[in-house]
Amino acid sequence: MLIVHCPVCGAEGDETDFHYGGEAHVARPATRDPADVSDAQQRDYLFMRHNPKGLHFERWRCDRGCGKWFHAARDTMTMEFKATYGIGELPPRELMKAATGEWAEFFKDKLAKGRKA
Amino acid sequence: MKSRYSIFSLARNAMNYHKDWERAWRSPTPKSEYDAVIVGAGGHGLATAYYLAKNHKLTNIAVVEKGWLGGGNTGRNTTIIRSNYLQDPSIAIYELARGLYEELSHDLNFNVMFSPRGVMMLCQTEHEFRAFKRTAHANRLAGLDCRMITPEEVKKIAPIINDDPNCRYPILGAYYQPRGGTGRHDAVAWGYARGADSLGVDIIQNCEVLSIRRDGAKVAGIETSKGFIKTKKVGVVTAGHVSTLVQTAGLRLPIESLCLQALVSEPIKPVLDCVIMANTVHGYLSQSDKGELVVGGGTDPYNNYSQRGSFPALEHTVTALVETFPIISRLRMLRMWGGIVDMTGDRSPIISKTDVEGLYVNCGWGTGGFKAIPGSGFVFADTMFNDRPHPIAEPFGLNRFLEGRLIDESVAAAVAH
Repeated sequence: MLIVHCPVCGAEGDETDFHYGGEAHVARPATRDPADVSDAQQRDYLFMRHNPKGLHFERWRCDRGCGKWFHAARDTMTMEFKATYGIGELPPRELMKAATGEWAEFFKDKLAKGRKA
Repeated sequence: MKSRYSIFSLARNAMNYHKDWERAWRSPTPKSEYDAVIVGAGGHGLATAYYLAKNHKLTNIAVVEKGWLGGGNTGRNTTIIRSNYLQDPSIAIYELARGLYEELSHDLNFNVMFSPRGVMMLCQTEHEFRAFKRTAHANRLAGLDCRMITPEEVKKIAPIINDDPNCRYPILGAYYQPRGGTGRHDAVAWGYARGADSLGVDIIQNCEVLSIRRDGAKVAGIETSKGFIKTKKVGVVTAGHVSTLVQTAGLRLPIESLCLQALVSEPIKPVLDCVIMANTVHGYLSQSDKGELVVGGGTDPYNNYSQRGSFPALEHTVTALVETFPIISRLRMLRMWGGIVDMTGDRSPIISKTDVEGLYVNCGWGTGGFKAIPGSGFVFADTMFNDRPHPIAEPFGLNRFLEGRLIDESVAAAVAH
C-alpha cells in the first residue's frame, strides 16, 4: 500500500485516493514546424519510457483532494516516495543529482541552469 | 539422449524404489563461447532454446538464468491458454501457440497437463457484448473455433455463476473458446528444459547477466556473475527486467514494468470446469486440478519491481468476483503472489531484431505471456537463427513504434492494464 502526499493541498491518503499518471517530465518535441519533428523523436515522445529499478520520476493526480496533478520521485524497488513537488517544478536538487541512467542525462543541463521545469 | 518417460520406465524405476531416475537436466559450467545465448530460463527462453536445437539444429547454445529455472513469471501466472484475440497478428501467434500446446506433452515426452476445458469471456455490459461479437467475427474469419453463447448456456457450463438479471453487472452472454483452457505452468518450463537439455543445450542457473558487451555495432558476448561468455547472438527474454538489461547495450525499449498479482484459494471439490474471464469487473477464475480456485485480476497501475503488489488491486479483483460467483465469498485465500510484467504502449509483445547486430529481444508479453510460450519460442528461434523476422513475428517488430503500425490489443487482452 502506497501512502501518497499531495504537495498542492496537503492531503495524504493511500494509492486509491490518487491516480498514477506515468513518467514525468516527458517533453513534447515541439518546433515551429511540426514537419521538423522526426519519426524517431515522435516515437520516443509517445512510447519510449524510463523504466528504472530505483529512483523514478512520475506524475500523480490528487483524485479525492484538490484534483490537481503533481510530480513525485519514487523508488520502484522499495516503493518509497522520496519527494512530491509541483507540476511546474523540477525535483529537489539532491534527487536530480542522485538520478542515474537516462534520468541523469535528462537532468544534467537542468542542474547547470538551475531549477526551471 | 535421455531415456524416455513411459509406463515401462515407471515400472522399471518402481522396482528400484525410484532411486535411479536420472536428472531431468544437467547443471553444466558455462563454456567460454557459444553460438547463441538466451538470457532468461522462463517458458519463453527455454522454448526458444528448444526450438533452436530441434528445428534449426543449433546445439552449441546456452540458456542463462539469474535465479532458478521457471522461477519468474512462468511460475507466477494463472496458466490460462487461449487465442481469441482481435487483431490478425495476435490471432496468428497465439493460435500457433495454442496448437503447439495440444501436441506439447507428446512432443516433449513430458506431461504439461494441457487441459482444453474451454474459456468463457463474460459479457456484462452492452458494450462488452458488442466488442466481443466483433472479436468473435474476427476469430471466425481467421478460422478459430469460437462462438458467442447465451446466458443460459453460460449458466449450464458454469452453474456457480450468479445469473440474477438485476445484479450490477448481469450476464448478457459470453464469448466462448472451447479449445482454450489451462496447462501446468511449471511442467511447461520443466518439459522444455528437459527437451532442450537432451538436445545438448546448456542451462546455466544462478548466473546473473550483468551486461551485454558490444563490439561496435555487434554483440560480443555477455558479462555474467560467472564470468564473460563470448557469443555472436544474444536473445533477451527476461520479461519485466528486459529494459534495464538491454540498456547496458545502449538500447531503449518502449516498455514499462508493472506488478501483476494472482491468488489461490484453499482447495475445494470441483465446482468449475472451465476458465472464466470477467473483464468488466476485472477478474478471472479457474479451478486447478488440486481444487484451488486460481484468481487473477488487473495490474497495479504504477511502475513496480517489487514482485509484491498492493492490497487495493487484490481487493478490487476479489470484490468483483464475489458478486459474479457468490459461493466463493467465504473461501479462504491461501497464497497470493506478484510477478513483474513488461508492458508496451499497444499491449502487444515485441519479438524483434534490434539495432545492435546479433541482439534480439522477445518481451512485452505483459499480462498474457504464458499462453504464448510455444509459439513465441518457435518464431523467436527462427528469427534468431535466420537473422530475419519469422513471418508471424514480423508484425511484432520494434519498428512498429516508429512506423505507427500498432497492434492494439489492450481490450482483447481482457484485463485492466
